[in-house]
Amino acid sequence: MGIVVEVKNLHKRYGDRIAVDDVSFAVEEGEIFGVLGPNGAGKTTTVECVSGLRTPDRGQLTVLGLDPRRDRREVRERVGVQPQEHRLPDRQTVAEAMRLYRSFYREPADGRRLLDMLGLAGKHDTQYRQLSGGQQQRLSVALALVGSPTVAVLDELTTGLDPQARRDTWDVIDEVRDSGVTIILVTHFMDEAERLCDRLALIDAGRVVALDTPAGLVASAASEQRVRFRPSTHLDERLLTDLPEVTSVRHHGQQVLVTGTGNLLQAVTSVLAQQHVVAQDLRVEQASLDDAFVTLTRRRRS
Amino acid sequence: MAALYALTVAEAKLFLREPMAAVFGVLFPTAILLGLGAVPALREPSEEFGGVRFVELWAPSALVLGLGIVGLQHIPLVVATYRERGILRRMSTTPVHPGVVLAAQLIVALAAAVVAAVLLVVSAWLVLDVPLPRHPFGFAVAFLLGFGAVLAIGMLIAAVAPTSRVASGLATVVYLVTMFVGGVFLPRFLLPDALMRLGDYVPPGAQSLLAGWSGDAVAGTSGSPPLLRLGIMALFVVVAGGAAAKLFRWE
Repeated sequence: MGIVVEVKNLHKRYGDRIAVDDVSFAVEEGEIFGVLGPNGAGKTTTVECVSGLRTPDRGQLTVLGLDPRRDRREVRERVGVQPQEHRLPDRQTVAEAMRLYRSFYREPADGRRLLDMLGLAGKHDTQYRQLSGGQQQRLSVALALVGSPTVAVLDELTTGLDPQARRDTWDVIDEVRDSGVTIILVTHFMDEAERLCDRLALIDAGRVVALDTPAGLVASAASEQRVRFRPSTHLDERLLTDLPEVTSVRHHGQQVLVTGTGNLLQAVTSVLAQQHVVAQDLRVEQASLDDAFVTLTRRRRS
Repeated sequence: MAALYALTVAEAKLFLREPMAAVFGVLFPTAILLGLGAVPALREPSEEFGGVRFVELWAPSALVLGLGIVGLQHIPLVVATYRERGILRRMSTTPVHPGVVLAAQLIVALAAAVVAAVLLVVSAWLVLDVPLPRHPFGFAVAFLLGFGAVLAIGMLIAAVAPTSRVASGLATVVYLVTMFVGGVFLPRFLLPDALMRLGDYVPPGAQSLLAGWSGDAVAGTSGSPPLLRLGIMALFVVVAGGAAAKLFRWE
């Protein structure tokens, strides 16, 4: 697998404000690469530099072997971009928008097939303002793909969509990847990143704080486990805190929350069994990408 | 070129679907002139109007109305909206420069203004017996420079306005001023002399349109030399247009 996008020590500021401090990553051919981070972390600025919309102050960028600053036109031919928050003219129909954007590219894709794939087959003559939010978003994705791009940059793909529309859009992105397009996905939704991305760069305050697969990110950030239950009778807390696996025991009303490492569940339940205490509503909480996100971004701030 | 053609076709369709621009900008001037022409007194030469017919004197103001709606209401709003909605930004992610979408807008606006003018001149001639322009070349130059000046101001407003609401507000103020001194609300010969002279130089330049259309006999010997009037319009095109190009924000 080749590297299609390489970013090295990217730095970009707007006046006094540093939008991107120092970002480096490489995107491999055929993957869905997530750029994840809290609002204002510098995600959008980073991908705008990649697609040649902005000129970085420092750092090296290579996109498909090209320099987005020097070879602007060629990069724009081969990188499709779905920008964050944008709308088309209200009274433009789906087919008109498609025809228009096809005229911008050297080798346009088959517009009809693209609209079919994105579930807009019956909407050719519908005006933009009459489309649902999900349909507008899918049209936007279609327009990002109309130039038969090698790389597609999708910024805030599902912001503002209802849960069903989000899932439908994710399925489409899977299909697009299967058709051979490398995708850079900017998002602040953990479920989206977990569902779609092969690898993730977690960006916070203009820097990459982690670069891994979603599972790897979770494992590296959250080695901690949590066991939550309601004891049937009074339980001497020290029996739990004495266990080597346990790091803390907290009470929330009748509930006990035990956090720790290693084989925590086994250790806790065997103590409970010895004491003839029944653990009601027993739940084991596994760390999610959400937890990893919070842990990794908080670590920098403290 | 393929992109400019496709954009012009697309923008023309959008223009025709926008009731305000198409109806008020193109059809309304003719409708109003014909409506006023239905009043017999306004069709007859009258001492009050300097021995000339009102419809003939006022016809250029009807054109001023149409040019104002297209250049000072439609264009600033559309361009500011395109920026606000990220349409210009989206274009800049494609191989085509977003400037091409502005070029397409101006082509469509010019075409709409030409249609409005032809419709007005021909209907006035057929229905109200207002002669076709006596100085076709002078009329065409006055029309092109006048509309160019209006468009340049419209684009300048679109360039500096932070939002489409502000663009719309600013444009309306400028629009009302140009309409007033252009004699749309009150015929120009009823305006105080100073305002009337001011109207000679405020785009799109009603006096130059009148002189080109009906000749100096009807237009009266205006205190302002024709070349100076046209020169001022050209200056508006260059200065406002240049400033718009310089100050334009794409996002």
